[in-house]
Amino acid sequence: MKRWVFWAGGLTLLTASPALAAEGLDTGNTAWMIVSTALVMMMTPAGLALFYGGMSRYKNLLNTVAMTFVAYCLASVIWVLWGYSLAFGPSRGGIVGGLDYLLLNGIGVESLTGTIPTYVFLLFQMTFAGITVALVLGSIVDRMKFSAWIVFTVLWVTCIYAPVAHWAWGGGWMGAMGALDFAGGTVVHINAGVAGLVLSLVLGKRVGYGREAMFPSSIALTALGAALLWFGWFGFNAGSQLAADGLAGSAFLVTNTSAAVGALSWMGAEWVVNRRPTVLGLASGIVAGLVAITPAAGFVSLPGALIIGLVAGLLGFFSVAKLKGMLGYDDSLDAFGVHGMCGIWGALATGLLANPAVNANDSGLFFGNPGQLWIQTISILATAAYSGIGTLALVWLTRAITGGLRVSRDDEIIGLDGSQHGERAFDIQMS
Amino acid sequence: MKKIDAIIKPFKLDDVKEALNEIGIQGMTVTEVKGYGRQKGHKEIYRGAEYVVDFIPKIKIEVVVAADQAPRVVEKIRQAANTGKLGDGKIFVYSVEEAIRVRTGETGLDAL
Repeated sequence: MKRWVFWAGGLTLLTASPALAAEGLDTGNTAWMIVSTALVMMMTPAGLALFYGGMSRYKNLLNTVAMTFVAYCLASVIWVLWGYSLAFGPSRGGIVGGLDYLLLNGIGVESLTGTIPTYVFLLFQMTFAGITVALVLGSIVDRMKFSAWIVFTVLWVTCIYAPVAHWAWGGGWMGAMGALDFAGGTVVHINAGVAGLVLSLVLGKRVGYGREAMFPSSIALTALGAALLWFGWFGFNAGSQLAADGLAGSAFLVTNTSAAVGALSWMGAEWVVNRRPTVLGLASGIVAGLVAITPAAGFVSLPGALIIGLVAGLLGFFSVAKLKGMLGYDDSLDAFGVHGMCGIWGALATGLLANPAVNANDSGLFFGNPGQLWIQTISILATAAYSGIGTLALVWLTRAITGGLRVSRDDEIIGLDGSQHGERAFDIQMS
Repeated sequence: MKKIDAIIKPFKLDDVKEALNEIGIQGMTVTEVKGYGRQKGHKEIYRGAEYVVDFIPKIKIEVVVAADQAPRVVEKIRQAANTGKLGDGKIFVYSVEEAIRVRTGETGLDAL
């Protein structure tokens, strides 16, 4: 996706007079990007809904699915109304895109972004906005008011996601500085992970947290969700090349390798520490490996992917099983522990392991370019700071609009499926 | 008449049923129950969070037999359900005042 940075400046020209586009439409690239977009779309209402739904308690499963679905729907609408323009409109000082493309104004069937139709490009980007905000909800399931979640989603996609996407990919300062984020280590995972942490701290712990047993409703659903995420992630990472070429193939390779190694290392750590290899551990390790390879997918070679996946599995396990307990926050489904922590690792690892044999212009510390690690660190800190402070402000705003963020204590104990939606996920109840 | 309640490990149900069939016991009522005794619960760990499961799934079998048959039935159940480990369960024996077959109105031992 770095290539996009160089196109960004010319977008106005390209869309205004598509006939003058230097590269012209490439049907192969276009076909691959349409498929990639559909793959990434599936990650939210199928992959993430099942992954998160299976981990939430039986009485909150449907609420988790509902929050995921509504996040995707809202992001879809916001994106085509104003989100795309804020992220990919002509840059205003490198901070945010202008409103030139409000309601996709000026973009038509003939418009091109690089070698693919702008419609396809903006839809691909839309699926990223959808999954990023949906990732946040992993931190707060079991207790947030549905109305508050809806208001928060609208505000967050608009005020946090769109500008950060602009910084990295839309011609903003982070891309200009040379920060490497191939498919969303900072924009997607650190951004969502930190927002989740802030939201969970403001909302407070679930009733009974640390005292009551909080069993996942179905590890089988979570495993199926992880498999769908893995499948969709090929579109996420290999699609971020915006072309059907060798680098897309390389991104595909390192993505699968890192996921597999992440699963094995998480399972191994768990086996040693807790004496049992769990399916939840395998599923979590897959996602940890995928998260960590995301920023690096277009820059590292196979050995890099092995290292990134190995560390991601261990770091993810440490974050959720040890760090969370030590610090005492209730990040229900570990959006911060998995996405935040492994996203940070992936962004740093890109600065260490970027290999010029993969992407000629970009090298990391181990390939003679120590400055890259510093640039990556700045991009991590800036994203975390903006996401953290911005989310805090939006949470307060949301609370003012919806008159509170949390469901009542009774509704929480009954379960959000019944109290918020009047439905049940299963026709059984566990004691 | 005696009523025998046996709380056993779920996977022992088929063994107990066969053992009772061998000595001509014609019927039984089975309930899935939960509880704990000396076995206590067990631990499950999800992403590092340890939860103790206090109540362990068991099967409760209820059989009503003639009073003179009861010791033999109890012994059969005990043998069939025994694994030698904690959590094999317990057997309780009660006196039964009356039994009535709903279809015919027969009473006492004829109703069993």
